[in-house]
Amino acid sequence: MFKEYTTVTEIAGPLLTIEQIEDAQYMEIVEIELGGGERRRGQVLMTSKDKALVQVFEGTEGIGIGSTKVKFLGRVMELPVSSDILGRVFSGSGVPIDDGPEIIPEARLNINGNPINPVARDYPTDFIQTGVSAIDGLNTLVRGQKLPIFSGSGLPHSRLAAQIARQAKVLGREEKFAVVFAALGITFEESNYFISELRNTGAIERSILFVNLADDPAVERIITPKLALTAAEYLAFDLDMQVLVVLTDMTNYCEALREISAARREVPGRRGYPGYLYTDLATMYERAGRIKGRAGSITQIPILTMPEDDKTHPIPDLTGYITEGQIIVSRELSRKGIYPPIDVLPSLSRLRDKGIGKDRTREDHPDVASQLFAAYARGREAAELATILGEASLTDEDQIFMRFSEAFEKRFVLQGEYENRDIEDTLTIGWNLLRMIPRGELKRIRDEYLDRYYEEEGKKVEAQVTHQEENE
Amino acid sequence: MNENNKGVLISVNGPVVVAAGLKGAKMYDLVKVGEEHLFGEIIELERDNTTIQVYEETAGIRPGEPVESTFEPLSVELGPGLIGQIFDGIQRPLEAVQDQAGDFITRGIEVPSLDREKKWDFEPKVEKGQEVSAGDVLGQVQESTTIAHKVMVPPNISGKVKSVEKGSFTIEETVAIIENEEGKEVPIAMLQRWPVRSPRPFKRKLAPSEPLVTGQRVIDTFFPITKGGVACIPGPFGSGKTVVQHQLAKWSDADIIVFVGCGERGNEMTDVLMEFPELIDPYTNEPLMKRTVLIANTSNMPVAAREASVYTGITIAEYYRDMGYKVALMADSTSRWAEALREISGRLEEMPGDEGFPAYLGTRIASFYERAGRVECLAQEDRQGSLSVIGAVSPPGGDLSEPVTQNTLRVVQVFWGLEDRLAYKRHFPAINWLISYSLYINNLEEYWEKSVAPDLSAYRTEALRLLQQESELEEIVRLVGMESLSFRERFVLEVARMIREDFLQQSAFHEMDTFSSQKKQYLILKAILIYHKEGEKGLEKGLSLRDLLSIPARERIGRAKYIQEEELESLEKIFDDIQEQISEKTRGEVESNV
Ligand SMILES: Nc1ncnc2c1ncn2[C@@H]1O[C@H](COP(=O)(O)OP(=O)(O)OP(=O)(O)O)[C@@H](O)[C@H]1O
Ligand SMILES: [Mg+2]
Repeated sequence: MFKEYTTVTEIAGPLLTIEQIEDAQYMEIVEIELGGGERRRGQVLMTSKDKALVQVFEGTEGIGIGSTKVKFLGRVMELPVSSDILGRVFSGSGVPIDDGPEIIPEARLNINGNPINPVARDYPTDFIQTGVSAIDGLNTLVRGQKLPIFSGSGLPHSRLAAQIARQAKVLGREEKFAVVFAALGITFEESNYFISELRNTGAIERSILFVNLADDPAVERIITPKLALTAAEYLAFDLDMQVLVVLTDMTNYCEALREISAARREVPGRRGYPGYLYTDLATMYERAGRIKGRAGSITQIPILTMPEDDKTHPIPDLTGYITEGQIIVSRELSRKGIYPPIDVLPSLSRLRDKGIGKDRTREDHPDVASQLFAAYARGREAAELATILGEASLTDEDQIFMRFSEAFEKRFVLQGEYENRDIEDTLTIGWNLLRMIPRGELKRIRDEYLDRYYEEEGKKVEAQVTHQEENE
Repeated sequence: MNENNKGVLISVNGPVVVAAGLKGAKMYDLVKVGEEHLFGEIIELERDNTTIQVYEETAGIRPGEPVESTFEPLSVELGPGLIGQIFDGIQRPLEAVQDQAGDFITRGIEVPSLDREKKWDFEPKVEKGQEVSAGDVLGQVQESTTIAHKVMVPPNISGKVKSVEKGSFTIEETVAIIENEEGKEVPIAMLQRWPVRSPRPFKRKLAPSEPLVTGQRVIDTFFPITKGGVACIPGPFGSGKTVVQHQLAKWSDADIIVFVGCGERGNEMTDVLMEFPELIDPYTNEPLMKRTVLIANTSNMPVAAREASVYTGITIAEYYRDMGYKVALMADSTSRWAEALREISGRLEEMPGDEGFPAYLGTRIASFYERAGRVECLAQEDRQGSLSVIGAVSPPGGDLSEPVTQNTLRVVQVFWGLEDRLAYKRHFPAINWLISYSLYINNLEEYWEKSVAPDLSAYRTEALRLLQQESELEEIVRLVGMESLSFRERFVLEVARMIREDFLQQSAFHEMDTFSSQKKQYLILKAILIYHKEGEKGLEKGLSLRDLLSIPARERIGRAKYIQEEELESLEKIFDDIQEQISEKTRGEVESNV
């Protein structure tokens, strides 16, 4: 029933040109049968009257002109879904690779999805407690947010992502929770680390994994995140689940896209990446959020390693322009032995302001966060100056701020990989640090909160300390 | 439509498709592509072949499908019912789209831009027999509590009013008939159309004379924009472009706001949609949504419609300007529009210019901003309207030397340069005061003198000078340390810090701080500068830096931004207190020396 052709006329990089065909669909899926009987799949990138350009997911190695058969399947890429996909492991192109039973689909979903109508969106405001102070206190994650981790090679971003996945919860609620994990060109060890973390916490039954490893075909990575997000949409908006999507490493995805673009000889944008990289990434990252009248949500944590730790590289740059903030993992802090090495200053959660404060976390939270940022920034500046000119060159105030920033890194940012701090703990640590600074300098905090938390709570802490000292 | 006029698709390459045999095709005409009737626009003609940019997703479309032309350029519908609406880039009302398609936007949805059923009470403003010409107001309807929607004689029409009717009408019904010179009767309905790529006509442009008051201190006092002015706000991701644009949409003293979300986040539009109906316009005490039109073509919506979205927005804005309103349009972000141009141009295999952008990028940007201005409206009566345009620019890597920023800077008069270094410190708005500028200062001095305070301009200059001096002193400190500075200079550093923290920093999320009247802005700045002047005197009389920093009035300046607008008098008292407290210290100093 499908049209089959043997008229491949050109092979270049991951691309095939097929001629003398009848009207292929744009983005149509094709099946390619090699001379030896091996089957691969591909997708139409350009179609004209009797010619189509096809990208081959598994690459073109071993494909010859004349011996190859191409079958046009008459549909765009789809993911068969049913509630049985939970707990399953798929390849990067969506084929089950565990030993589980065949999936009997309830529906087949176009993996490109459709844009959520902005009118239908519900603004994300539910605070997610990750138990990590640098996130909860200062760069708060909310349900339905897309918040990437910008990291560098060799830094503990996977451990951080796993810690978030383990600890994340919305206070005061019991809900159906799921994790969708997409491995994009990462090593077996990295991927396996994640899977075993999920297994150890028992979350594996509520997870779906799509795995494209470093030695799997690069072109396949183009569709892996789309499969993962399609599965996530199904869980969130059809099965009412709270879905956390981890995509790692988006850098590998972008490299694959660049490879195809180069093979098509497209006019490159910045640093050889295609001009449409922004749009392409946006169509994935925007598949996060909440919809009015539906219980589920999609929270996305894409991970990417910045080439040469450079935040202005097109991949982190364009990602930052699309996502709702970023968590920046810093090599410098990591070297200082701080886990999680989150540099809170360039990190940002744009949805924080509507997710925290009275009735959400605590009334003083917005002011405290703002003050901690300002004080830490000032302390870091002072510290920089001190390394050049010596501490003595600082004013008294600046010395105070410098000591504050050191303590901040050691007591607020630093915590255990299995330490799960609740938001009260995080704020208490914050106030304890702020008490190092004279009250008059804390301009970002309302007087009423200073009275209550700086003075009253401060006295209690003092009393406790003296009490302890007396006992000793 | 004549079947013979139909063309056939011969190729599909993303949003760019080619049709053959489309008869009578003209550049920029709107066409319907494929079995699903996807909207598209003709962007290139070559012999029998017509190249079309398609405003909807093209996956699954194949050669052989039909293409037909509407023989009309892409146009917007103008008439009552625009206010309070949210449209996509080609003016489809997203609420109606949701009713039809559900929560996700699918393809081939056809819904009229404006409600056809709704009746509006039309109040004539002309009489039978009166001579009217293009732009004259025939009558009006109350579109929202604050906006009287003027129904104007469309451009190119003039003559005698044959009839005009008071009453309740839908937008398609005839409200007046004009008999033109040739004696032909032209029926006029409230619904009119205008091609988005053509600027709407006016009599002439006028020089700017009034600020667009935004309630943002760094903008109004340091780098103001005018009614009818053009500004750009470039900055790296997360530096605060959208927040500034939202602040302007909320607090500017414009009559109408058109906000174009061009290739940005879905949630940001949702934010506006949920917040604006709740927020109260400080000038009219009505919900902000009653003066707002939203265009949302988010980053994941089709890229060709994104290209169209800024034109859709600016045409609607011009239409209200023509009624004599003060309109402000925000485009967030113009870089995404430019990238849409680049993407389409790339698929057309045009000769690329800088960074792959088409060679005509500069002209497109210039002609877009050129549609702003304060104008004498097209009409017999004297009527003035203005359209201010504020464009966000998203330079890759925050590098301002890239083509979109550079081409924009060539045409705008105000530049608010955002900096990530300031954003990291949570100095918001992260507008760098050393690189930003406004070329409207000269136009505004007269207004400031009359309407705010005669010495505002002098204080502004003084504050900017101190900040400049601060950056020079900081350079010295970085090289040789604080000791090398005199006490006078150290005091300048302290005062500059106050200007930055107590004046320039302004939180969009603090209920009191989010909006600052011009009066309040002036008072805070004046307090800081009086403190500087008096402090210098004190230093001369032997006071120490510590003495100056410890006067209670200083901490009060730091909290001045949180003072309610109704309690501004308490701020005026601070000037005397500063003087008082410093002389008290001086007396103490003198006494202890005796
Ligand atoms: N005036 C302000 N007051 C308080 N916070 C602000 C202000 N301006 C910006 N911010 C903070 O900075 C964050 C980023 O701002 P915004 O979203 O406007 O950046 P942007 O420049 O538009 O970024 P992008 O280019 O990625 O869209 C906000 O979410 C907010 O937390
Ligand atoms: Mg923005």
